[in-house]
Amino acid sequence: MIIGETPPPSGAFGVDAIAMTMRFGDFLALDNVELKVRPGSFHALLGENGAGKSTLVKCIMGYYHATEGDIIVGGREQAIANPKDAHALGLGMVYQHFTLVPAMTVAENLVLARDNVPAMVNWPKEMKELEGFLARMPFKVPLSAKVSDISAGERQKCEILKQLYLKRRFLILDEPTSVLTPAEADEVLGMLRDMVVRGELTILMITHKFREVMAFADEVTILRRGKLAGAGKVAELTPDAMARTMIGAEELTVQPPRTGEAGQARLELEKVRALDDAGAIAVHDVSLTVRAGEIVGIAGVSGNGQRQLVEVLAGQREAESGEVRVAGDPYHASREEMRRHRMSLLPEEPLKNACVGGMSVADNIAFREFDRAPFASGGWWLNRSAFRSDARKKIGQYKIKTRTPDTPISALSGGNVQRAVLARELGGDVEVLIAANPCFGLDFAAVAQIHAEIMAARNRGAAVLLVSEDLDELLELSDRLVVMFHGEFVYEARTSEADLTVVGRHMAGH
Amino acid sequence: MADGSIGLWTVPLAVLGGAIRVSTPFLFVSLGECITERSGRINLGLEGTLVMGAMSAYGISYLTGSPWLGVLAAGITGALLGALHAGICSLPRVNDVAVGIALMLFGTGLAFYLGKPLIEPTAPRLPAIDFGWWSDIPQVRAALRINVLFLIGVALAPILYWAFRTTRWGLLIRTAGESSDAARAMGHSVRLIRLRATMVGGFLAGIGGSFLSLFYPGSWNEGLSSGQGITAVALVIFARWDPLLCLWASLAFGGAAALGPALQSVGVTSGYHLFNAAPYILTLAIMIITCSPKRTLTGAPAELSITR
Repeated sequence: MIIGETPPPSGAFGVDAIAMTMRFGDFLALDNVELKVRPGSFHALLGENGAGKSTLVKCIMGYYHATEGDIIVGGREQAIANPKDAHALGLGMVYQHFTLVPAMTVAENLVLARDNVPAMVNWPKEMKELEGFLARMPFKVPLSAKVSDISAGERQKCEILKQLYLKRRFLILDEPTSVLTPAEADEVLGMLRDMVVRGELTILMITHKFREVMAFADEVTILRRGKLAGAGKVAELTPDAMARTMIGAEELTVQPPRTGEAGQARLELEKVRALDDAGAIAVHDVSLTVRAGEIVGIAGVSGNGQRQLVEVLAGQREAESGEVRVAGDPYHASREEMRRHRMSLLPEEPLKNACVGGMSVADNIAFREFDRAPFASGGWWLNRSAFRSDARKKIGQYKIKTRTPDTPISALSGGNVQRAVLARELGGDVEVLIAANPCFGLDFAAVAQIHAEIMAARNRGAAVLLVSEDLDELLELSDRLVVMFHGEFVYEARTSEADLTVVGRHMAGH
Repeated sequence: MADGSIGLWTVPLAVLGGAIRVSTPFLFVSLGECITERSGRINLGLEGTLVMGAMSAYGISYLTGSPWLGVLAAGITGALLGALHAGICSLPRVNDVAVGIALMLFGTGLAFYLGKPLIEPTAPRLPAIDFGWWSDIPQVRAALRINVLFLIGVALAPILYWAFRTTRWGLLIRTAGESSDAARAMGHSVRLIRLRATMVGGFLAGIGGSFLSLFYPGSWNEGLSSGQGITAVALVIFARWDPLLCLWASLAFGGAAALGPALQSVGVTSGYHLFNAAPYILTLAIMIITCSPKRTLTGAPAELSITR
């Protein structure tokens, strides 16, 4: 027996949220939202970033206390004051950000998650019980490995196993497949689907992947800007209809068609090697050529060296060995070289990697050119009004939603920070563009705009290196696709000829 | 030389004896800080806690006649200062390093103020166990007169090492220190865990202070601590947040600190002050050797403000 003194009843149950309203100060995050998850069903919760999905499930889990509304668990109204109450009712949640402790072993993490961790842990006995539990599960995780040493996919499996180990019977999954390869995603969701079919589990999954909704979910609820936008049976809906419900009447930027042929080699990597923060080799002697007017996509599950590779190109990390050449010249990521070769960079987590949060939007937009005319005279006397007028122009052009150009950039939403970086990086001529997960966590409108800008840069003759964990994005944009696994390029193909299953296999290292 | 009978053997013996004697406060403070830092918070105020502990131990020992009550009082004083640190740090936008420095100055200042009347009187001291009875050589006997607190500290290190792995509290402290999000997601109060960890850390640091006033050097005065508290905080980093390594680091540090006096006792007087700086040179050397700008510290609790 694992939880509590009395054995909990087994089997799936349903959860209803009725007339949920959640206010954070003046901001209305949820407005009279209704969610009905039937017992023993696989329910998908769709919505754009900021639509209120996370707020809604956090209200169910007791993290937030809804301003108004009721939660009905298994047919009975429940006051859920905190996550512990939710756990006691058999509700569990797998978060988008891992809640495993990286420095601890898988076994330690599992035992620790229990509500009644014994004052003194009898490890031999616990290990035996855990092995027994794992034997009943369709996927395996290495129990004595440190979480920091296992892959992102294994961590996600571990998070889900943890909930099953805790005997949760209503599981909320927040974007559970974002770090999995398509095959891994199918494996994990398929196994959960089987448990739902057997009546052991009810699942509420937050996602934005229509493919998974269509393949695994029974029903769907769609939120838009804190309001209920639609709900129904998946079998009666199409991905297009769901997308329209999610976005509403908003106009999306139209992506220009792919035009022109690839030209000369612009960006060349030769046997580049880089270490990670722990001193291990993260990028293992990779070589790659990106030509003008070409988008090369680097696919791979996160943590396979993509980040370190981008950091080397951005000048945030020193390469151990190897050479990078831009237009034939050796490149060491100096400001002068970046300027000469018109290099642009869209790093991941732009607020952290490409902005100074406390400085204004105008200042951040001016970073590349701030010490040259017309922004500065003589290279040192800054002309603030030139900053502002340039920023105003770009704010309009790139649809950046900010109150004024003088607002600190950290006050902007993720999509608008990325738009501001885009305005800075793509505002002038671009010959080489390096983008890393440029659309991570952004809404449809921002994604469409960024994709259109990247494609337009390519059509104008820029060499684009696009590193992304989103395979769909890569398939849509890139001319050539490279798969990175354990710091090496293990597969390369023209995107038009790439076979998705082969790509997925290489992402998983097979 | 009167003790010429064992000649240069005096130096390693004195270093050994010194290592045991001098290392005790380092050991307690570093073990205490190890617990606090493992919970994700750094308490730089332990220098102040150490001095307050020394003062209150001396005072209580003098007033009650029992040095052990003094040790207990030092521990409680330390726990209260730890609670103060944790309490202030749990307020929003408070930096634990800044609070630590403030509490370091506060603790030493308060101890000097309250301890003024204690400079004159003599308080009962802590006992030592004579492990050198088998030897006729006075230097051996002196080196092996081992204080009880040292033995407790030596026992504490493996106990802590074990507790971090196999007890609920050990696991919770590590969780809070490695990922406060994970701890919160499990429904634990990170603030409460850190409060307790900081109080226990303060308790041990206070006991470390009691050793200074009740055993070696064994009196209360304002020059009692020569930065042991702050050095012990550095020792924890150097010991990679591992209690067993804290023990070895404290011993190495104590031995290095005993080098100067030991050399002086055999007549090497030139460069006395330089030899006294041996522990600090040792620290710098080890830090330079073990650190790299390209790597993060292994074993560092991820939530610690200095590693984040």
